[in-house]
Amino acid sequence: MKDLLFRVIALAVLCLALVALAALIWDVLYDGAGRLSWEFIRGYPSRRAANAGIWHALTGSVFVILVTAALAVPVGVAAAIYLEEYGTRSVMARLIEINITNLAAVPSIIYGLLGLGLFVRTLGLGRSVMAGGATLALLVLPVVILSTREALRAVPKSLREGSYALGATKWQTIWFQVLPVAMPGILTGLILALSRAIGETAPLITIGAVTFVTFAPDSVWSTFTVLPIQIFNWVSRPQVEFQANAAAAIIVLLVLLLTLNAGAIWLRDRFQKKGQA
Amino acid sequence: MRKLEAAIEWALFLCALLSIGTTAGIIAVLAVETFNFLREVPITDFLFGTEWTPLFATPRFGVLPLVIGTLLVSSIAMIVALPMGLLSAIYLSEYAVPRTRRAIKPVLEVLAGVPTVVYGYFALLFVTPLLQRFIPDLAGFNALGPGIVMGIMILPLVSSLSEDAMQGVPRGLREGSYALGATKMQTSLKVVVPAAFSGITAAFILAVSRAIGETMIVAIAAGQQPRLTLSPLVPIETMTAYIVQVSMGDTPQGTLEYRTIFAVGTLLFLGTFVLNLVSAWLRERYREEYG
Repeated sequence: MKDLLFRVIALAVLCLALVALAALIWDVLYDGAGRLSWEFIRGYPSRRAANAGIWHALTGSVFVILVTAALAVPVGVAAAIYLEEYGTRSVMARLIEINITNLAAVPSIIYGLLGLGLFVRTLGLGRSVMAGGATLALLVLPVVILSTREALRAVPKSLREGSYALGATKWQTIWFQVLPVAMPGILTGLILALSRAIGETAPLITIGAVTFVTFAPDSVWSTFTVLPIQIFNWVSRPQVEFQANAAAAIIVLLVLLLTLNAGAIWLRDRFQKKGQA
Repeated sequence: MRKLEAAIEWALFLCALLSIGTTAGIIAVLAVETFNFLREVPITDFLFGTEWTPLFATPRFGVLPLVIGTLLVSSIAMIVALPMGLLSAIYLSEYAVPRTRRAIKPVLEVLAGVPTVVYGYFALLFVTPLLQRFIPDLAGFNALGPGIVMGIMILPLVSSLSEDAMQGVPRGLREGSYALGATKMQTSLKVVVPAAFSGITAAFILAVSRAIGETMIVAIAAGQQPRLTLSPLVPIETMTAYIVQVSMGDTPQGTLEYRTIFAVGTLLFLGTFVLNLVSAWLRERYREEYG
């Protein structure tokens, strides 16, 4: 009897989580769906809530994420290859490993302070797309490294041994055998890491991404704003009309993230099926 | 050929080394600005002062209101996330059949993937108005609403890490318990949870660290009034929200006000760093127990 009660309570708690998620989605849809239109997506900021749009923020987000990906993906995958395939036994590799685990848990706003001190001021990049992308790249690097290592670890050892037996060098083995097999797993991790970066707000506010940019960025040296910062700006205003704009922008952001995550899940499923075959 | 191989290994090593560089960069940036800050404000005033008014005409730099505000919201979040996370972990690890697990886990993953700015919106415009129906004294900005929402945000982290820890407990322990006539609940609560205790504690500590560093929920829904209080009903300000507040304004760089965000950042970094280390150490110990 007690056992059954316990089981019911535990299940109820899980349902509560489900209800919270449903309430969140319902709330945002209820508040924002009416504002959603093509004009809203293609529009620019305005003093009047009814005329305001998100095109500048959407393009800003895309620019920043492209820079983030260009910086974090090669470096992160390379670092993961080193840690997984080369230096697993050295003291230095162990130290780097502990350090990465720790970096993954550093609050994102601290990365913003790092970006402000390092990229914006010391390197003189200003409040540009470049500075924002570089800051987010450092932020997602630990996630990229950890997920890539996991994908590499899933590649069977026999594959490497077969390649060595045929006379391939270590790098040839990694490049021609290990990486192609691990690729879906690596891609899944990359997509999840980048979708985390798309939703990040605090570090970009800290480096001084401007909230009242009235134009879309045209190069990596432009000032910029991103979708989450635009949402923060609108939600902070007392007028209900602007809060509706925030809800509509949240819908766009969630659809964007959902699309990316669906892609990741699709890749993961394909990977698992291949692994079984 | 051999030279090329060596060059590639060297290049890969440099990429891995960049992570050490990131840590060094964080420490350097924080240390330099905090040092400059502490040359003008005595460290005892900073750490033990009870008034935080750096933007006023007669500025005071006592960080306690921000620290207490941060701890208040984090405590509320943990009150929500710990029991719920632990219960859902027990259910997923000990009770659920694979089909239920496959249905529930994606929901938790989605909860973990929602951007924090969206949670902020939810806290300010849904949860707080809802709570105000039951607690009429609740201000529009408060610690309670964002604390509860933060708890929901952290729940998947607590749940999945605790579940991992419970899955690591050897089957033999459970079977021994059943053989002695224990029920499933008795086995879960008196055998599996104690056996996975250091792993579960590690999950809890990591969750606390995450709550302390969380920014957007509190920046949006907790108000921006540094106030030394333990009441969850009035507007407060956390360390992270203060950094956002200054970054949004046009405080000129190089001024004392500007340096305050690095001083507050240092405190935040040190606090979460210690928690993360303790959590990692506990996880390592757990692995040794059952590895």
